[in-house]
Amino acid sequence: MASVTYDHVVKRYTADVTVVKDFNVDIKDKEFMVLVGPSGCGKSTALRMLAGLEAITEGKILIGDRVVNNVAAKDRDIAMVFQSYALYPHMSVYDNMAFPLQMAHMKKSEIDKRVRNASRILGLDNFLKRKPRALSGGQRQRVALGRAIVRSPKVFLLDEPLSNLDAKLRGQTRVELQKLHRDLQTTFIYVTHDQVEAMTMGDRIAIMNAGILQQVGTPGEIYDHPANLFVAGFIGTPTMNFIPANVTNGSAKASGFEVKLPKALPAGSKGTLGFRPEAVTDRTTDGGTTLDMKVDVVERLGSDQYLYGSVGGDQLTARVDPRMAVAPGDRVRLGLDTRGLHFFDGESEQALL
Amino acid sequence: MTVAAAARPVPTTFSPRWIADRLSAYTLHIAVIGLTIAWLVPTVGLLISSFRPQFLQVTTGWWSAFSNPTQFTIDNYTAMLEQSNLGQAFFNSFMIAIPATVLPVTIGAFAAYAFAWMNFPGRNYIFLALVGLLAVPLQLTFIPVLHFYVQNLHWTTDNLEATGIPGLPWVPLWLAHAGYGLPFSIYLLANFFRALPSDLFESAEIDGAGTLTVFFRLVMPLSVPAIASLVIFQFLWVWNDLLVALIYVGSSAEVAPMTVNLANLTTSLGAGSNLLTAAAFFSMIVPLIVFLSLQRYFVRGILAGSVKG
Repeated sequence: MASVTYDHVVKRYTADVTVVKDFNVDIKDKEFMVLVGPSGCGKSTALRMLAGLEAITEGKILIGDRVVNNVAAKDRDIAMVFQSYALYPHMSVYDNMAFPLQMAHMKKSEIDKRVRNASRILGLDNFLKRKPRALSGGQRQRVALGRAIVRSPKVFLLDEPLSNLDAKLRGQTRVELQKLHRDLQTTFIYVTHDQVEAMTMGDRIAIMNAGILQQVGTPGEIYDHPANLFVAGFIGTPTMNFIPANVTNGSAKASGFEVKLPKALPAGSKGTLGFRPEAVTDRTTDGGTTLDMKVDVVERLGSDQYLYGSVGGDQLTARVDPRMAVAPGDRVRLGLDTRGLHFFDGESEQALL
Repeated sequence: MTVAAAARPVPTTFSPRWIADRLSAYTLHIAVIGLTIAWLVPTVGLLISSFRPQFLQVTTGWWSAFSNPTQFTIDNYTAMLEQSNLGQAFFNSFMIAIPATVLPVTIGAFAAYAFAWMNFPGRNYIFLALVGLLAVPLQLTFIPVLHFYVQNLHWTTDNLEATGIPGLPWVPLWLAHAGYGLPFSIYLLANFFRALPSDLFESAEIDGAGTLTVFFRLVMPLSVPAIASLVIFQFLWVWNDLLVALIYVGSSAEVAPMTVNLANLTTSLGAGSNLLTAAAFFSMIVPLIVFLSLQRYFVRGILAGSVKG
């Protein structure tokens, strides 16, 4: 159990290939931290530097109070679950889980106790004698988790552990991982490219893009107050509506509508107006902004109904009541809830609102 | 993962795809069968010859045995087995072939691991030089190596026998075979090791396994098929070798292997050539046993279940 600190960490492969740029995060003890971003954003590299699999070019990484830059992977007191699971194919499930303990020269009886304990937690009791090839994907994944659990490490590192599972199993394992985190009371650092995993599992989320940390915060903060255009577009499905707009005395003017801004912005600024599909509803209010939408596509999901269409010259998505009767080609009047309004600067792409 | 391969649709009969499929299957079969026949004919001829009396061997071809099947005899085998030092030669062959197989495979495995998974300066250049060595004809090395053995180390067969230590006279030959076998064994194993998933090594590193542990507990067990094929290859080469043995240990009966012994059966005028046919089949027994007993290690999918679901 320990906190993890990235202090101005840089990873550079050659002079002009920098995959992680000035990375600073404080991960608290027992926290479930998710590193999320599109592929190639440097999230895995950030994790691998913490694991000791990659050298740190600049800055330092601390586990607890200890700088681990020059500590060998095995001495960092961490355990890692790989995307590919990386099970030892010629060893039984039991031996796979016992391996790290044998390497630590632990007593046989203690190894047995720990392996049995982990296998009970993960429901692997009936598979201990099997080889990995005789297991299903989900079982293999649990063996990989078991191999990490037995060591009772200070920090758990998980590198896209769910991406090889099918959709149903993924949802189930997501819940199990959260339960495991609660039971083990250990710091988890979880890397994923899937924003749904990030939103559902993380105590906090760190979003990266192109090697740069974009924002760190709780799922709620990140969803409601994205720091910039990238974060706003990355988190949430369907994605946030982005409409080019100009600010003129207290309101933003787009091609098809004008909306009063809840906070004053300097007049004349150009940028992007952002609002999530759920901010557009079928309820129009007096004096509120109304959108005249020409509907192109209707998606009924049962619990929700998404309308895709255009307002003026801009495409946007609305989430409306599933009982609202609407067909492609219709023109509908929708209301815009200005509480969920964002405005991103045209140049810096930072959130001004 | 395992069922996906079966999903390929079967093309309609007589469609272009079907004809192309058929053609490629037939071509493959014809090529395989053709190669098998090309290899088998001389061997079968030799086998039949070995059961024919000498006067027929030298006057008619082996295929004429089919027209007169009563003329078979085992005289060649009895005569060959009766010669005095066959047992000694057989023993010598083992004493030469086993260390000369174990040495290059073991050293090669260590070296290959280093080439595949360790970083050291000049790694690629050294590996390239090693691959280059594959192209050097071993005959080129006889004079310098022998010169070094005799002039610098005084390792002549007589000197080594004089020490009275059993096995010592073969040391130069073991080392020579190890040297000749190493480039290929390193090349083959390094390529195999490199194909092992890197996640396994990283996982082992985090689990606290050192280089030697990784080598013995991961790399070795996972490379059994590659090592088995290398063992067969090297063993066969050493077992069948005449030239290298003749150069480094000579033809004295105490140390010479089967191949040298068999070559001595026949004179330069061709007398005793009838025994050679029988002797060839006799010496083939061991390679066959080695091959068949190692065959079960050629398992496919040794990495199954390791990475990916």
